Amino acid sequence: MTILVIARHTFKEAVRDRILYLLLFFSALSIVLARVMAVLTVGDRVKVVKDVGLASIAFFGALMAILIGTGLVYKEIEKRTIFTLISKPIRRVEFLLGKYLGLIWTLAVMLTAMTAIYLVVVFLHTFTVEFRMVLAVLFIFFELILLTAVAILFSSFSTPILSSLFALSFYLIGHFSWSLETLINKTPPGTRRTLLKVLYAVLPDLENFNIKTEVVQNLPLPAGLWLGALGYSVIYTAFVLILAVWIFRRRDFI
Amino acid sequence: MGNVLELRDVKKTYKPGFIPKPKEVLKGVSFTVAEGEIFGYLGPNGAGKTSTIKCVLGLVYPDSGSIALFGRSPLDPRAKDKLGFLPENPYFYEYLTGREFLDFYAQLFRVDKAERAERIAHLLKLVDVERAADMPLRKYSRGMLQRIGLAQALINEPSFVVLDEPLGGLDPLGRKEIRDIILGLRDAGKTVLFTSHILQDIEMICDHVAIIVQGRILNQGRLSELVSEKVLFTEIAVAGVADTDLEVFGDCVSVRDGMALLKVPEEADVPKVLDLVRERGGRIHSLIPRTQTLEDIFVDTVARQ
Repeated sequence: MTILVIARHTFKEAVRDRILYLLLFFSALSIVLARVMAVLTVGDRVKVVKDVGLASIAFFGALMAILIGTGLVYKEIEKRTIFTLISKPIRRVEFLLGKYLGLIWTLAVMLTAMTAIYLVVVFLHTFTVEFRMVLAVLFIFFELILLTAVAILFSSFSTPILSSLFALSFYLIGHFSWSLETLINKTPPGTRRTLLKVLYAVLPDLENFNIKTEVVQNLPLPAGLWLGALGYSVIYTAFVLILAVWIFRRRDFI
Repeated sequence: MGNVLELRDVKKTYKPGFIPKPKEVLKGVSFTVAEGEIFGYLGPNGAGKTSTIKCVLGLVYPDSGSIALFGRSPLDPRAKDKLGFLPENPYFYEYLTGREFLDFYAQLFRVDKAERAERIAHLLKLVDVERAADMPLRKYSRGMLQRIGLAQALINEPSFVVLDEPLGGLDPLGRKEIRDIILGLRDAGKTVLFTSHILQDIEMICDHVAIIVQGRILNQGRLSELVSEKVLFTEIAVAGVADTDLEVFGDCVSVRDGMALLKVPEEADVPKVLDLVRERGGRIHSLIPRTQTLEDIFVDTVARQ
């Protein structure tokens, strides 16, 4: 109950933040401009519209999660609003989870808005709407669930600028860590291979949530793919949130 | 009557910064706040008043010692259910209106919608911000923020209210209104702990006082026990008598426009001064016996430290 009250308040806070609308505007612009890019491109124009649109949703969704998520907890501490909030009958864990759920709620609304614009643009170009495109957005949402937890984790002990840099690094590492898998396959068995495997297990693999190529190129999706992505997102998110709560419960609000 | 708050030998050292420099802010603070009293917590800037309050609210963890709020840990939500708190220089959510802000906090106490609307209307009237109720908090003046802050501290109808510098940022009229609200809380059977730099405010409304200096409580007790009724000296403003004649009885602090302000240390000399004035055909403008004030005790305590 308390978590939901804080989540609702966080949603209200986020939707009254101008930066959210700025990002939504640029994402809409980017999705619409995909059509212009398609005209200028040699090749399958439909694929360009679909691909650039999905990439815009993923990129601006991630920016929203990082830029708003990293400021959420820090702002409460910096502006000392947390003093009155923590003096109310709420536990610190409820505060942090409420903030997290509020941002997830905001991102879900923003993703829905971006997807609606995207589907309209694709429909105007092809006169069809495919369920697979919505599935690709759902995978992006799984990724944002994790990315938001990471932003909240950094926000619970660091400044927004540093937290944004950390979270952005996490995002970039997450999208390039798949190359470690190739390296593992090429490394002979031994200590080096084991170390690489440990590193690959610890680092996030955000490519688990990227099915844009399959959707755009009309490639078959492996069975149980969405279950695997959801499971990966939930387990990794739970781990990051437990870490955030552990740090947040121990700190003094000076 | 039982104790609402009990602190025993609370110690706290802050270690801020990348390379921590330990700073001991509380060096064994102990005091109790009994049910139904107004407890004044005094101290110069940086003495440890706000740090003590943060320990009581669970915002900061003490290194050692114990704190019991309604007999429970300060982290226990059941203890906080009966607590109201107004921080020093309150900052609230700028994007919320006064009414939305109070509604949000009321929801944290699981107050139902109809009851919330009723309580909010009553509190907005009590702290006199009804006209600004639907204005965003970013447009509030400092005094208005202080008032809405007091309203949020009372939203759960608490039995114990902690107010950190509640009279700061208010004009004299506003200070009187808030003082009256605090006295009204005591009359309603609530317990109040409040800190203030303005000693007259504490003297006017507190039953019990503790003075903290450099992280240690140096003086505490009932105000009536701390402040003696004994007359320290008498100030007499006299006109029509030469100051050289008056100086026999004490010091002439000032002489202006034919009027002398005489400070008479001995009570027995006061009738003699009056006789002299009558004899010389002079006039008494005022006669004020000065008893010990909280300010005297405070200055003395800080100076001793």
